[in-house]
Amino acid sequence: MSPTTLYDKIWDAHVADQTEDGTCLLYIDRHLVHEVTSPQAFEGLRMAGRKVHAPDKTIAVPDHNVPTTPDRVNGIENEEGRIQVAALDKNARDFGVHYYPMNDVRQGIVHIVGPEQGWTLPGMTVVCGDSHTATHGAFGALAHGIGTSEVEHVLATQTLIQKKSKNMKVEITGKLQPGVTAKDITLAVIGETGTAGGTGYVIEYCGEAIRDLSMEGRMTVCNMAIEGGARAGLIAPDQTTYDYVMGRPHAPKGAQWDAALTWWKTLFTDENAVFDKVVTLRGEDIAPVVTWGTSPEDVLPITATVPFATDFEGGKVDAAARSLAYMGLESGTKLTDIKIDTVFIGSCTNGRIEDLRAVAGVVKGKKIKEGMRALIVPGSGLVRAQAEEEGLAEIFLDAGFEWRMAGCSMCLAMNPDQLEAGERCAATSNRNFEGRQGRGGRTHLVSPVMAAAAALTGHLTDIRDFL
Amino acid sequence: MEKYQKLTGIAAPMPLINIDTDMIIPKVFLKTIKRSGLGVNLFAEMRYNDDGSEKDDFVLNQPAYRDAEIIVAGDNFGCGSSREHAPWAIKDFGVRCVVSTGFADIFFSNCFKNGILPIVLPKEQVDLLMKDAEKGANARMTVDLEAQEITTSDGEVIAFDVDAFKKHCLLEGLDDISLTLAKADAIQSFEQQAQQSRPWV
Repeated sequence: MSPTTLYDKIWDAHVADQTEDGTCLLYIDRHLVHEVTSPQAFEGLRMAGRKVHAPDKTIAVPDHNVPTTPDRVNGIENEEGRIQVAALDKNARDFGVHYYPMNDVRQGIVHIVGPEQGWTLPGMTVVCGDSHTATHGAFGALAHGIGTSEVEHVLATQTLIQKKSKNMKVEITGKLQPGVTAKDITLAVIGETGTAGGTGYVIEYCGEAIRDLSMEGRMTVCNMAIEGGARAGLIAPDQTTYDYVMGRPHAPKGAQWDAALTWWKTLFTDENAVFDKVVTLRGEDIAPVVTWGTSPEDVLPITATVPFATDFEGGKVDAAARSLAYMGLESGTKLTDIKIDTVFIGSCTNGRIEDLRAVAGVVKGKKIKEGMRALIVPGSGLVRAQAEEEGLAEIFLDAGFEWRMAGCSMCLAMNPDQLEAGERCAATSNRNFEGRQGRGGRTHLVSPVMAAAAALTGHLTDIRDFL
Repeated sequence: MEKYQKLTGIAAPMPLINIDTDMIIPKVFLKTIKRSGLGVNLFAEMRYNDDGSEKDDFVLNQPAYRDAEIIVAGDNFGCGSSREHAPWAIKDFGVRCVVSTGFADIFFSNCFKNGILPIVLPKEQVDLLMKDAEKGANARMTVDLEAQEITTSDGEVIAFDVDAFKKHCLLEGLDDISLTLAKADAIQSFEQQAQQSRPWV
């Protein structure tokens, strides 16, 4: 047999039907559902008199709209948001799918809840009506975002109509320098490939620097595969993965664990397997990075200066000029001279316990800059509880941060956590698009430690100054 | 879904690269539980001022392009969020075809589910169509999915590729779920086999 990639293996294990032109029915092992992209899909089922094909493989949780202030136990004030969450409550109940309602301690961002509860396992196919489903690829699961029509399709049939993507390898060799994190890896890769560099591909991340990452870090890397245009990002499972999964509520137990582990250990790319595209970065060359523009590819080391539009070529010249105007930045300014009004720490990219520990390590015993608005929004109720147990919450509150309930929050600002026009934010989230965090809001994407440093100094800051 | 008919209409030029789905339909409009009525909010932040008045310089606000049925776009159109509200808004506005050098994967797929034809062409040809679109309302392009051809206002013909299955579904207005449910036996037999080989799933 010819050597195959990790992606090939997972794909082949899930093809339920294939026609001559290569169009496949891909079987879906886990379907994650949230309140924003699902109401029309459930409505479609009702209109057609259809049921959910596999409710035991379907997991729903409200995350995008939910307020993150403690008073949310009294309900959601915004009417449209409240209706959308109520619709998910009802749909989950009517169709009998697994559900974590807003006030359940296990509630959180769907991509944090899935792994945390052991729903996400190596070798699975995982989909969700959300582009950051790529996160689950950290487990060696083929995971990607889908639209609402496809959500309905999966609900009704537990399959997707798909054609296979091409294979792309992103290798990060060697070791990371102090102050450099998984977030810097994933941003540096997008800076290298561009936001369309992965279009048509599934990326497998590999190399020593990836192997050295915790599961939390691997999730951060895979989370932003979509920002590079890829359908999915994958990391082959290893002992780090098995250790994370073991004992989770929905992970296999006993003899089933042994059987699963035996299969999981076959999930790697064979030697000499062919990739259609290869990108290699040296871990040592990656610096703490920050985005300056309105595309996640607008990545520069924190030591750099704001570029000129004329530094670019083709359509990027106009796009860069537009970005610079939107961001209110003058070319040639040192990135570390850019003042920050707000710091947002959270999201499916960086809302896990390890991220919060890293932030606590930077801000412990210090105070945030006077006048700074600084939010820490844990990715799930369980992350919040753990952070409180470890004393992290106290460190954050002492430093002047707001300590919030779990949700997507200011990553996409569908709930009340939003930027005002012109407000500038250092964010650990994943998108710096125009208006993403609030109309006219200006976003600089950074790692959790860089966000923490900016909160202390009031401007974009090289975390290495704090080491 | 309606059958996809041959389309002759005005094409709006949008040369900006990386137009993301947050631009196409900002998040404030995602709170709906319906698919319809989003056309008025299409490109809302680029199209309207804070007070709700129109921005004159935005292409779809210009008299020539208010009734555009085709968009000729810069590279990597539809990147970002998976929100199907983006193609819903585009369709509701009246656009049924978008041409670019490339589309983000999820957006591309979402278009076909909603009777919108996304066409990928090499840069030279997109540039040519962009120039044609810039001529305004009197210059109408024709998109013929059956023949896989775009005809410019000057009569120049550009051939395009499209996945045969997706083309068939658009032309016939087929519903994916019904097609897949016709293969229920294959799904059931896969599930039985998976129950044996991966019982922990």
